[in-house]
Amino acid sequence: MNKRAVFKSRWLPILFALPQLLLIFFFFYWPATSVLTWAFSLEPAFGGAGDRLFVGWDNFREVFADREYWQSVTLSLVFAFTATALSMFIAFVLAICVDRQLKGSGLFRFFYIWPYAIAAPAVGLAFRFIFAPESGLIAIVNTWSPDLWNPAKFGSHAMILVIICFAWKWIGYNFIFMTAGLQSIPRSLIEASSMDGSGPVRRAIDLQIPLLAPTLFFLLVLNLTESFVGPDTYGIVDLTTEGGPNGATNVMVYRIVSEAFQGLNYSGAASQSLILIGLIMVFTFIQFRFVERRVHYK
Amino acid sequence: MIERTPILNMVTYFIMIVGLLLILGPFWMIFTASTQSLAQVNAVPFTLLPGADFLHNLQAAWHRANLGPAMLNSLIMALLVMVGKIVLASISAFAIVYFKSPLRHVFFWLVFMTLMLPLEVRVVPTYNIAADVFEPVRWLIQTLTGIELSLQWNLLNSYSGLVLPVIATATGTFLYRQFYMTLPDELTEAAKMDGARPLRFFIDILLPLSRTNMLALATIMFVYAWNQYLWPKLMTTEADYQTAMVAMTTLVPNINSLPEWNVSMAGALIIMLPPLIIVAVLQRWFVRGLVSTEK
Repeated sequence: MNKRAVFKSRWLPILFALPQLLLIFFFFYWPATSVLTWAFSLEPAFGGAGDRLFVGWDNFREVFADREYWQSVTLSLVFAFTATALSMFIAFVLAICVDRQLKGSGLFRFFYIWPYAIAAPAVGLAFRFIFAPESGLIAIVNTWSPDLWNPAKFGSHAMILVIICFAWKWIGYNFIFMTAGLQSIPRSLIEASSMDGSGPVRRAIDLQIPLLAPTLFFLLVLNLTESFVGPDTYGIVDLTTEGGPNGATNVMVYRIVSEAFQGLNYSGAASQSLILIGLIMVFTFIQFRFVERRVHYK
Repeated sequence: MIERTPILNMVTYFIMIVGLLLILGPFWMIFTASTQSLAQVNAVPFTLLPGADFLHNLQAAWHRANLGPAMLNSLIMALLVMVGKIVLASISAFAIVYFKSPLRHVFFWLVFMTLMLPLEVRVVPTYNIAADVFEPVRWLIQTLTGIELSLQWNLLNSYSGLVLPVIATATGTFLYRQFYMTLPDELTEAAKMDGARPLRFFIDILLPLSRTNMLALATIMFVYAWNQYLWPKLMTTEADYQTAMVAMTTLVPNINSLPEWNVSMAGALIIMLPPLIIVAVLQRWFVRGLVSTEK
């Protein structure tokens, strides 16, 4: 990141950097330090004045001893991996098909991007209706046999519902990146291999997929991060199941926010937040470590 | 490719049509539900044909969720965030790329690290600071000088409260930095030779050149801001500043009454329309913005 020709000015760069610096100080780093201090201390009793009580790792011990916490970790893992796999698989199949550039594939591409425009809460509301047990599209299965499908009652059904919401919304995003990745594969390579007698399927398997690998990896990490801690997960869960039934969709990010605001357990929420931040750092590190090393797309 | 693969083409079309149903199906469900009467929408099996109550449902949703002011608030918030992010990104990246100071690396990393601090994990302290922005300033002055100030600024229930906490932009700064890096050094040298000062260079050369970037960034940031949910939900307790996304939650059917899904879906339709139009109409710019920010 070095320019040969630069300007000399003492005040202008400071003036230009200042607004963003102030914003990130006030709304990112100051709150982050609060999270850090809260995670290692306790509020004085009865909301009284005085300094916070430093308790070391006690808050973390309490979190780790809580069975509900581990349940929410498990749920998050299930949610993140299933939603990511589902979304990426569908987007990948569609991207490969569209990339064959048959007549009219531009039209398909036009629509495949749409889900990304829809806000997570709106997706949640819409799918809550579509998959409602007593009305909507899927309700018909309950006329065959009662309670064949009821996300308000069965935890596993609720989990399927939020996974579908997330996967559907992220098809658009994944599709955009996969088509962009496929397009950046030099046409000459594909022509050369077809000259050697490979058909479209062979080319997809032996050429396009390996060359798309960096994009796929990037999307994998991004999807996992987003489904673990992203605002979409929060929005979807809040509008469909609100963490229920019986905590069956109480994923980590939803749990933190509801614990902090409804349970008013700041220290517990803060230590859980810190764990999540650590997780994001690991994801980001992996991203950089592996993707930066072998970026193909230009 | 010049090859005849009729069977494979059929398979491809088949998959693409199934995909299309998967993507457009929910949109169609939302639309048809919003055109039906209460009895129709709750009928099992669901009829996939539109009914006659579209306008009625739109009106009901509009009034019940008070969507007029809410949509206006969302629009104001989205436009302010969009413009703010573009301005911040362009000037921050300018400070990083076009000046030689060891501090620019620190600045760059500080901006970058914000990506690892999503709102969900710092939501309570962010709320606290929005309620009392000058808390760190007071703390700093008190520890440095011992003077206790009574400086206060509450952002809750205001447009600045909706906008300021979400306006800092790491992705936008990357995008602009990336763009500045692709510009040739000769451009800067020529401008300097003609006697241009940094500010003139920035306004007369860099900004006009970055128009395509700006448009791409504008589309993704508009969609991003319009679709914000958690923050507006937390910080607006007064109806005056409620955004459309938060207002939509009032349309979620109540468990104790007959679920008026037709009205809910009409509301959802209204609220999802603005970003959908942006993505559909400005798709080229949107895709470009998205792909280039994540490099």
